[in-house]
Amino acid sequence: MSNNQSEPVDLKKVKLEYRVILDLIPKGSSVLDLGCGDGKLLNLLVKTKNVRGSGIEIDEQAVRKCASLGISVSQQDIEGGLSDYGDKSFDFVILNQSLQQVVKLEYVLKETLRVGSKVIIGFPNFVYYKSRLQMVFDGRTPVTPSLPNMWYDTPNLHFLSISDFLAYCRARNLTIEKAIYLDGNRPVKIFPNFFAQTGIFLIKNRN
Amino acid sequence: MAKIIERTAKDIGLVETQYFAFGNHPGELALESGEKLGPVTLAYETYGTLNKDKSNAILILHALTGNAHVAGFHPDEKDPGWWDNMIGHGKAFDIDKYFVICSNIIGGCQGSTGPSSINPKTGKPYGLDFPLITIKDMVNAQAHLVRSLGIKKLLCAAGGSMGGMQVLQWAVSFPEMVATAIPIATSARHSPQQIAFNEVGRQAIMADPDWQDGHYYGKSAPARGLAVARMIGHITYMSDVSMAEKFGRRVKEEHADRKFSPDFEVEGYLQYRGDNFVKRFDANSYLYITKAIDRFDLTNGSPLEKIFKAAASVKFLVIAFKSDWLYPAYQSKEIVKACKQAQIDVSYCELNSTYGHDAFLVEVAEQEHFIRNFLRRISDE
Repeated sequence: MSNNQSEPVDLKKVKLEYRVILDLIPKGSSVLDLGCGDGKLLNLLVKTKNVRGSGIEIDEQAVRKCASLGISVSQQDIEGGLSDYGDKSFDFVILNQSLQQVVKLEYVLKETLRVGSKVIIGFPNFVYYKSRLQMVFDGRTPVTPSLPNMWYDTPNLHFLSISDFLAYCRARNLTIEKAIYLDGNRPVKIFPNFFAQTGIFLIKNRN
Repeated sequence: MAKIIERTAKDIGLVETQYFAFGNHPGELALESGEKLGPVTLAYETYGTLNKDKSNAILILHALTGNAHVAGFHPDEKDPGWWDNMIGHGKAFDIDKYFVICSNIIGGCQGSTGPSSINPKTGKPYGLDFPLITIKDMVNAQAHLVRSLGIKKLLCAAGGSMGGMQVLQWAVSFPEMVATAIPIATSARHSPQQIAFNEVGRQAIMADPDWQDGHYYGKSAPARGLAVARMIGHITYMSDVSMAEKFGRRVKEEHADRKFSPDFEVEGYLQYRGDNFVKRFDANSYLYITKAIDRFDLTNGSPLEKIFKAAASVKFLVIAFKSDWLYPAYQSKEIVKACKQAQIDVSYCELNSTYGHDAFLVEVAEQEHFIRNFLRRISDE
């Protein structure tokens, strides 16, 4: 068995999406990763930022991989798992590429803001320009690198755009401390709702 | 130390049970009931080598009818210890790295002081004069054993079912003595359903005319009652699916010509298990231990997370099995939740298995993955 736990990290090989999130989190923070998957992001955070990290993940195979990396992880669904934590238990709660898959989205968002001082949210932008082209010209539900599944086997329940999320934060009185937009491995500076495949936001409750 | 006489690639070979005696007057073991027990003998086995700074010791705790013989072979035995698939060279609890101790419990009948032991005051077996014991009493006795081995802090306490209860009690009672805890298929307190099954077992024993209010030693033991108790136990350890897979509705090949003799394989299996059990287990011990399990309530009336604050320094790996209906996963999740609220480092996995409660004894590969990696993380830190 390979000793995954002690392998050093080469940040150059890390995808931009993860590097952006790493940059948002100061050294020594406490971090909860909701839907942490195979634990790669948490492992990076533990190795490079010395965070006190834990994750929640429902998939047994993914949880196995987290264990190989030496990550503390609970095999639970996000909705059930969040209520286990007290208020402000973590400096950061990460909800990366899992927001669009939770059933009770509003409840989960409220809970993350209760459990964490700050929340990092990353999601695929449904109105990325190539998606728009597929819808308008092909008349098909879009399939893109950030939304790779066909309509019949997608785990996604909510399809939202960057503009949708910005409007939501305004309506719910949430402060956006930082917003980063990506098109794959490239940052997007202009018209993010058109050119970005992914939006990553650092948010907190106002006041 | 257990003498390792012979060893194959992964197996431990021959091992011996050791006996630790303590609690001579006036240093008797003070029990939760206020009574005192002494002298006390605890049976235990050890495997592997204790390192120089005595920091690699792992304590394994057993379930209701288990014993100290967790791995390796005793002379003339064809089956190894009860968790041999998990403990050995390169196994989940790797004895090339760790010094593994398995301790029996007080109240038992497999080498440790229990109701079938001789009461020094009367020179006869205790019977029902044996004091009521609790999970906490069992753990207090084990702490004497661990200290006697010169170990200040265990790297880990691990066990399933009642063994898991002892693990939880260890973490709460002696947090300075345990770095990590692995409670498996267990609960922080027994539920009414769990108590109910145990009560039926106890009633079966006490309804056996041979039970004689517990004073049957030297006469015929309440074998029928104890066998029925064991049969009920076995039903609760399996699952609907595992029973269907193991027996189906298959009919026994040979069966007696009486009206209600067993027809189905499942009936024969239960009878066989029951009859075998009475050869190795004492009915009074079954009463005392099941009562200790039923009375187990780590919360003591407070919220569990408050109790767990005492164990804030202990790291937890909690394991449950999806088909375990005797110790359902929600009970493990309660432990996980309390850990989280007490800011304890906790990992939780809910493993797929069709074996029901027995899964903790047979689902080796999955448990090994999680336990090996957890212990490696802890050892690296």
